[in-house]
Amino acid sequence: MIQLQNTSFRYTASSAPFQFPDWSVPSGEHAVLLGSSGSGKTTLLHLLAGLLHPEQGQIIIGDQDITKLKSNALDRFRGRKLGLVFQQPHLLASLTLEQNLLLAQYLAGIKQDREVIRDTLASLSLEHRRTARVTTLSQGEAQRAAIARAVLNDPLVILADEPTSSLDDENCYRVLELLQNQARQHQATLLIVTHDHRVKEHISYQLTLAKA
Amino acid sequence: MNLLKLSGSYIKTKPLNTLLNIILLALGIAIITVLLLTSNQVEKSLTQNSRGIDLVVGAKGSPLQIILSSIFHIDYPTGNIPLAEAKQLSRNRLIKNTIPLSLGDNYQGYRIVGTNYEYLDLYQVEVSEGTRWGKPLEVALGAAVARQSGLSIGDTFASSHGFADDGLNVHDEHQFTVVGLLAPTQNVIDNLILTSLESVWQVHDHSSETETETDTTTHTGADHEHEHESSHEYESDHEHEHNHEHEHEQEHSEAITEQGLPAEGDEITSLLVQFRSPMAAVQLPRYINERTNMQAASPPFETARLFSLIGVGVDMLQGFAYVIVVIATLSIFIALYNSLKARRYDLAIMRSLGASPPLLFTHVILEGLLITLAGCLLGLLLGHAVIYAATQLYARPGQLGLSAGRFIAEELWVLIGSLVVGLVAALIPAIQAYRTNISQVLAER
Repeated sequence: MIQLQNTSFRYTASSAPFQFPDWSVPSGEHAVLLGSSGSGKTTLLHLLAGLLHPEQGQIIIGDQDITKLKSNALDRFRGRKLGLVFQQPHLLASLTLEQNLLLAQYLAGIKQDREVIRDTLASLSLEHRRTARVTTLSQGEAQRAAIARAVLNDPLVILADEPTSSLDDENCYRVLELLQNQARQHQATLLIVTHDHRVKEHISYQLTLAKA
Repeated sequence: MNLLKLSGSYIKTKPLNTLLNIILLALGIAIITVLLLTSNQVEKSLTQNSRGIDLVVGAKGSPLQIILSSIFHIDYPTGNIPLAEAKQLSRNRLIKNTIPLSLGDNYQGYRIVGTNYEYLDLYQVEVSEGTRWGKPLEVALGAAVARQSGLSIGDTFASSHGFADDGLNVHDEHQFTVVGLLAPTQNVIDNLILTSLESVWQVHDHSSETETETDTTTHTGADHEHEHESSHEYESDHEHEHNHEHEHEQEHSEAITEQGLPAEGDEITSLLVQFRSPMAAVQLPRYINERTNMQAASPPFETARLFSLIGVGVDMLQGFAYVIVVIATLSIFIALYNSLKARRYDLAIMRSLGASPPLLFTHVILEGLLITLAGCLLGLLLGHAVIYAATQLYARPGQLGLSAGRFIAEELWVLIGSLVVGLVAALIPAIQAYRTNISQVLAER
């Protein structure tokens, strides 16, 4: 499902290149990408999400080499096939919870369906907060809402960037469980990028990036 | 969810800031609208009202005043001219036709104008109900007068002297009878009560004495009153006694002047002149001003002068309006620019959800356009409201041809202009949104 081949990246022409090991994650697998700060794991996540372009190499998601996609097609691919979860929920504060999810459908260019939204919210016990302003959500609720937004469009791959780093143990395991549950429900491949070693104990499929 | 809703939601999150920007822009737009509407409508009404009139001849005084009083019926007349002199002038070979006007009275502020049927032809006004005046003291009402005064055919009323609706100096002893209603024309004639020259003379023959003592409200010029007065004394001496109206049948002849100038009579207020040849425009005014006791006034020349007089004020107001619009643009720009700084993360998230850079560009531009559209619509509304208030508050601005309900093509340009303002204000923030480096923004923690 996720395949890296001879991928390298550099921020500027003069900076040192990141050379990533070849790696693949099978469809439906839950994987964790570990590495300390500066090892290039966020860079790799952004490469996988198509937010950065590699200097060379292939990045294959599903059966699509995303390095071959043009800007517009890449944006569309990202909206439809990828679900991104960040350390902070980053919901749009000017909208309600439901509107945030409608926006995710709108921007991905798929049909806006309140039923789908209701079901997704229900699976994360957020149904009662559907019309709430996102500023009124608790931290836990906001985190679950961000996960709801990531899985809403039935993505091929869920990419989670440090989703647990700022959480205590209890919440860390709860969020991991939610992510894995949702990934299973939506038959998505899950990749968590983190330096949080608690995650390691839960997910066995691992790649550790060494510091360059 | 769509882009419009999304942009709208951001506008709603900062209601006070948005309101300030909308009001600021609306203020500028409103001033521009008022100026546009008034200058457009007044200019149109000025040319419409003076169409077919080449020259106005009145008593010596300000030519602008003659034009204002005899064509637009807003100022006071400069005085009266002797009928004999008017008649002599009308026989000039350069003159095709003349229409006499005799002013002096009003009813509820509506001017009563003594004239002949040619005045109706000049404005191409039809009688919509009843007939034209056929005898002295019969009147036809302009459309606006009929609508607003509540008078209808068969009603009678007494006029008061002067041009202000002050209820003083009512000529009780003479009752005018309404015999006709005129069709609406959008001209000054809608606000007039038309009658024969003879009606005006009859009313004034009998009230000359009381009038001279109590009339302090007719402002224009001492010379007007003076002439009036002296003329009446002359009449009194030579023609009749006041209280024996019906003994003098000749005085109260039922005949009226339907065309041209009356065979007999004393004074009229002014003469509307049509030239026979363009040469007259050069020769006649000089001849009249130098060789007679009358004053010639050219409508196009005087209206141009009027516009150049008020033009300075209009220009200043216009400049002021543009300054406000520029400040509004700047304010919208600053608001968008600042809010976008705080929204970098939102924009990055939107990109991560599949939004393309052009979509974010449009999103920000739309936000600017929504604000300016709201400001512009509010401004146009406000502009029309000001005109409406003016037509309600001040005495008969209908005479100036002002109406709040009429929209003009230039307002479309105002709308387009303000959308350009929105575009300009939002352009730099939109380019920033377009260029958002999502990877970099998302990497900031």
